[in-house]
Amino acid sequence: MDTLLVIVIYIVAAAGTLALGLLSRWYDRKLTAMVQYRKGPPVYQPIADVLKLFYKETLVPATARATGFLLAPAVSLAAVSLAASILWAAMFARDGSFVGDLIVVVYLLIIPPLATILGASASGNPYASIGASREMKLILSYELPLFLALMVGVVHAGWTLRLGAMAASGAAVYSISGVLAMIVAILAVQAKLGQVPFDAAEAECEIMSGVYVEYSGPPLALIYLSRAMLLATMPLLLITVLWGGLQGGWGVLAFAGKYILLITLATLIRNTNPRLRIDQTVKLFWYGLTPIAVLAVVLAVLGSSWKISWL
Amino acid sequence: MALKNWALRKSLWVYHVNTGACNNCDIEVLDLLTPRYDIERFGMILVGSPRHADVLAVTGSCTRQAQPRLQEVYRQTAKPCVVMAIGSCANAQGIFAESYHMGSPVDETIRAVDPDAIIAYVPGCPPKPEAMIAAVVKAWDVINTL
Repeated sequence: MDTLLVIVIYIVAAAGTLALGLLSRWYDRKLTAMVQYRKGPPVYQPIADVLKLFYKETLVPATARATGFLLAPAVSLAAVSLAASILWAAMFARDGSFVGDLIVVVYLLIIPPLATILGASASGNPYASIGASREMKLILSYELPLFLALMVGVVHAGWTLRLGAMAASGAAVYSISGVLAMIVAILAVQAKLGQVPFDAAEAECEIMSGVYVEYSGPPLALIYLSRAMLLATMPLLLITVLWGGLQGGWGVLAFAGKYILLITLATLIRNTNPRLRIDQTVKLFWYGLTPIAVLAVVLAVLGSSWKISWL
Repeated sequence: MALKNWALRKSLWVYHVNTGACNNCDIEVLDLLTPRYDIERFGMILVGSPRHADVLAVTGSCTRQAQPRLQEVYRQTAKPCVVMAIGSCANAQGIFAESYHMGSPVDETIRAVDPDAIIAYVPGCPPKPEAMIAAVVKAWDVINTL
């Protein structure tokens, strides 16, 4: 494969993920409105939000370290764009995927929460520092079960770390270990997106949007964009690793259905649950979901060594 | 600048400031979020921080204690922003106008900081949610001239 073609695919993929993310953000808000018997915002709402934020004033608090404060949203957006591009490249051009790109994507997807912590700590606001400390505990709690859940996909695809090979090797989710991994992964994704019940870091009516409290104007727009892109990227990762990726022909429709199903599930979880305290979140992930993820990995390993496909 | 004004009109984020209201206006503000009025149709949402806000929904009679705090919140809000003085108290301090603990009415308090502030007045005790939506529509006309 031409290097140039891969680069073009990366750029188009990042732009496409942006559009998909904004559309998903609208779908999320519309569905929330429908759950609450409201009419909800029009379809161009996220675009209006972003445009408005770009035209607003940028305020930097007197107590903030401006460099880290303003750099963090850009770093976050760059990381999530690159992760999304690698995922799309693995789906569209199987040669565009390289050995170990799963690990690269997982690392890139840790950067947005880390950038959030950096920006919040640099803003010099006490609410933001409470939010940053909660975000840190949140990362510590969900990263291990998320990676264990993705390991199930790795084992099912025959111990490969190439996303292209994982997407091509069929869906891991149609097995006991796959179902367990999917449940754990969906909850971990919910935490990564910072959505209810794991939104203790923002908690807008408790610590006033916590980590984002001091952001305004263009930096807030970048945060909005990177969160929208993350909303589109996380289901893509789950579909690629655990649910068969993107196949040609009718596979495109199946892919769209899976994507909409995962976004709908995330929104419904968000709308039907109260916020967990940070200690409850850590307990849920460490004592509840990590053992389930370990069990799923063990089952997957047994299934692959004994050639039992439903394990 | 048509695009800029369109985006601001269609995406007004509201921060609610209580400067000593009796809670009646606050309840009416919350009514705007209910299915009956649902201002998210127009892109308006309540936000937790004045940094994110485009509209300051000010209720209450602006007591002496609240006055400097309201001015500080206005300074912290990213411009351009609209101030909505909601209720008789916020407009003209209502029946408390002669009391010993009053600051100045909300519009005077804001104008002391920024003489060019955009201020929408919503009279009533408490004003109906329809009146607040009408005030937002009038604020749109002002936004168009920015």
